[in-house]
Amino acid sequence: MADLRTNFVGIRSPNPFWLASAPPTDKAYNVIRAFEAGWGGVVWKTLGLDPPVVNVSSRYGAVQWNGQRMAGLNNIELISDRPLKTNLDEIRQVKRDWPDRAMVVSLMVPCDEASWKYILPMVEDTGADAVELNFGCPHGMSERGMGSAVGQVPEYIEMVAAWVKQYSKLPCIVKLTPNITDIRWPARAAKKGGTDAVSLINTINSITTVDLDLMAPTPTVDGKGTHGGYCGPAVRPIALNMVAEIARDPQTAGLPISAIGGIGTWRDAAEFIALGAGTVQVCTAAMHYGFRIVDDMISGLSNWMDSKGYKTIEDFRGRAIRNVTDWKFLNLQYDIKARINQDLCIQCGLCHIACEDTSHQAITREKDGRRHFEVVDADCVGCNLCMHVCPVDDCITMERVDDGSFQNWTTHPNNPMREKA
Amino acid sequence: MARKETGDIAAGRLDAAALARNFADVAPPLDRQRALIEASRCHFCYDAPCIQACPTAIDIPGFIRAISTDNLKGAATKILDANIFGGQCARVCPTEILCEGECVRNDPEDKPVEIGALQRYATDWVFEQDARLFSRAESTGRRIAVVGAGPAGLACAHALARLGHEVAVFEAKAKSGGLNEYGIAAYKVVDFSQREVEWLLSIGGITVHHGKALGRDVLLSQLRREYDAVFLGLGLAAVNALGLEDEALPGVRNAVDFIAELRQASNKAELAVGRRIVVIGGGNTAIDAAVQSKRLGAERVTLVYRRGAEAMSATDHEQAFAQSEGVHVIHYAQPIELLERSGVLSGVRFEHTRIEGGKLVGCGEYFEVDADVVLKAIGQQLSNDGLSEAGVDLVRIGKGRITVDANFATSLAGVFAGGDCVGGKTDLTVQSVADGKQAAAAIHAYLNADREVQHG
Repeated sequence: MADLRTNFVGIRSPNPFWLASAPPTDKAYNVIRAFEAGWGGVVWKTLGLDPPVVNVSSRYGAVQWNGQRMAGLNNIELISDRPLKTNLDEIRQVKRDWPDRAMVVSLMVPCDEASWKYILPMVEDTGADAVELNFGCPHGMSERGMGSAVGQVPEYIEMVAAWVKQYSKLPCIVKLTPNITDIRWPARAAKKGGTDAVSLINTINSITTVDLDLMAPTPTVDGKGTHGGYCGPAVRPIALNMVAEIARDPQTAGLPISAIGGIGTWRDAAEFIALGAGTVQVCTAAMHYGFRIVDDMISGLSNWMDSKGYKTIEDFRGRAIRNVTDWKFLNLQYDIKARINQDLCIQCGLCHIACEDTSHQAITREKDGRRHFEVVDADCVGCNLCMHVCPVDDCITMERVDDGSFQNWTTHPNNPMREKA
Repeated sequence: MARKETGDIAAGRLDAAALARNFADVAPPLDRQRALIEASRCHFCYDAPCIQACPTAIDIPGFIRAISTDNLKGAATKILDANIFGGQCARVCPTEILCEGECVRNDPEDKPVEIGALQRYATDWVFEQDARLFSRAESTGRRIAVVGAGPAGLACAHALARLGHEVAVFEAKAKSGGLNEYGIAAYKVVDFSQREVEWLLSIGGITVHHGKALGRDVLLSQLRREYDAVFLGLGLAAVNALGLEDEALPGVRNAVDFIAELRQASNKAELAVGRRIVVIGGGNTAIDAAVQSKRLGAERVTLVYRRGAEAMSATDHEQAFAQSEGVHVIHYAQPIELLERSGVLSGVRFEHTRIEGGKLVGCGEYFEVDADVVLKAIGQQLSNDGLSEAGVDLVRIGKGRITVDANFATSLAGVFAGGDCVGGKTDLTVQSVADGKQAAAAIHAYLNADREVQHG
């Protein structure tokens, strides 16, 4: 049985599954239920300075897709709206009662040295394992110069990270906002400021839907709405890319990453770990189905690791990073063709119409006057579209047909900037 | 209720609550949630097999996609544009041998998309909203007579009215709808047929004359003279006889009459039903008669068919339904004699049959089934009344049906025919609608060609 224990910048947890800083980690009651369910750790919902913020009623907007609820979720909730002392007292008690679980405290205070100097000792005094700096929240707090307003300015990130390292012995995790052009810049700044790790992604600025009767965005608060932070399964590909960018950037390579963004299953987690993440944080999936989902995440990851012969998380962590490269390094000689398994084909015709209307006219629809779908190799460029639209598993597969030679763009004759041989 | 030895035919075998339950919607409509889940199962196939399996070629993936976006008006328009009786067909089509039978989901899952139920979901919206989806083209000044206000006749009339023609429909019965109104089990079309007809006629340009039978109240020769074209959408009014003695015996009746009476009854508790019923036949009419007898409170219903299950024209689904309703089905037996006691029916004597050298033969072995009522359901025929005048056939008849060409034209110029009276592929409502629709297009083309000639 695989060993799922993690030691992330000195923060130990029995498994890599943490709950992200969000409503599920707002108070002791929820966190205790999460620990009882088996979660390895939590990032307590963001603490700020008193007086507490005030939250609105009507906080979440959701994207439903083809019958799937909450394919994407956004929220306009702010940080914890409870008094600082209440949160600190509960954190202290819960950490005392659950010493083997990771207790990370998320913080967001004004961007001045005094505020950070004031709050850090209080957090440290609770016995918490680490702090996470919320530089990502894209709504509400950013209007007050906090959250993503900090995370979008690398210089601020570096400055605050440095203060945190100066005024606290606790490991520091900087949580990054994806609402930025190039994620490598804030990551580099965090590293420069001395952070121990980064976590990403925070939520993406979004309007989930527009209510066409109210003519207002959702979630709607008394007839009006505002942009909120988008998360859930729909954002996972964006998070995967940003994690990979930081993992393979020579300036930040090796910087510990706690991955966040649409993680709901052990497979999602394994993908982020393969791209270098040391732990993963979950929110939307738990908000959708409850804390019990961790059960399958633990057993699924463990069973998969057993099947691959990985004994610890470290055995496969980061293994996919070396295969994430720039486009120009891809092999232009590589050639694959679609193959339709006629025994599995249910004759829906989706491969044909996708290829015919939007791609390369490489799938015929008739043979001897009968409905029949077949690939024309000469026209198939191996784009994978038919395989993706096919509703039957393994009915369309891609077969490699090239001779195994290699040439990428850097040396290709069509490239005016090609490197001389 | 005390049992009688013979002639045990009585009303009120079940209380009002039981009857209400038994004759409620047999397949209740989907709500939005279920409809969306079912719609999401549709793969939106290209050139979809389900469309090809529908005689009216409804754009099924198209209307299901519209359902999935809450565009019910769009969905209903697609359905009704192809099949003006889309509401009725959603209820009575044997979808398992048509669209759903061809659904690509049958292969891996053995569970097709519930196309019929989705079609009902979309079309119900039209009747709930009383939505007007179609309008008429500018008046052509042409007048067309349609004989028969069943699915074929009204589908033809509606299509002609849309094209700007004026249509007069002549119907022998007191109500429009044909078999929709008189010939389908009550629990399949609860409070629907007349509402659908009303909606269909709301397009305007169609006048229905009830109580006008061809050959009795109107003559084909007269219609030909007075109208620019005639469409014959006649039903099969003549019921096949068993060919036994004593078919006039009290207790022996046609299944179609029983079904019609039931459909027209305002109070089912007042309908007399036998205690022991024998239904003879293997079609959907036999099934409808048998199940409805059971649901009216008959104690024992026996359905006897002279061949095997696979030869029954009732679908597998209908046969299974009858059996699940407690109808006792006997295959390979043919009626030999109607038994009587004291001048009333007491039972039926059957002979076992088998197939020998491809032919059905009697085995010489016999059995009797007690019966208070025998319902004959061995098919109907075209009645020649009205198709011949003064002893002369006006239109050519072949194999018991009106002969038509590919454009539904009969042998008589300007006279077209479709639906059950021409027969053909199937005897389904949807086929009659397809015939009526296509015949309308043919009539329109015929009238236009005529006009071009006139105006040179």
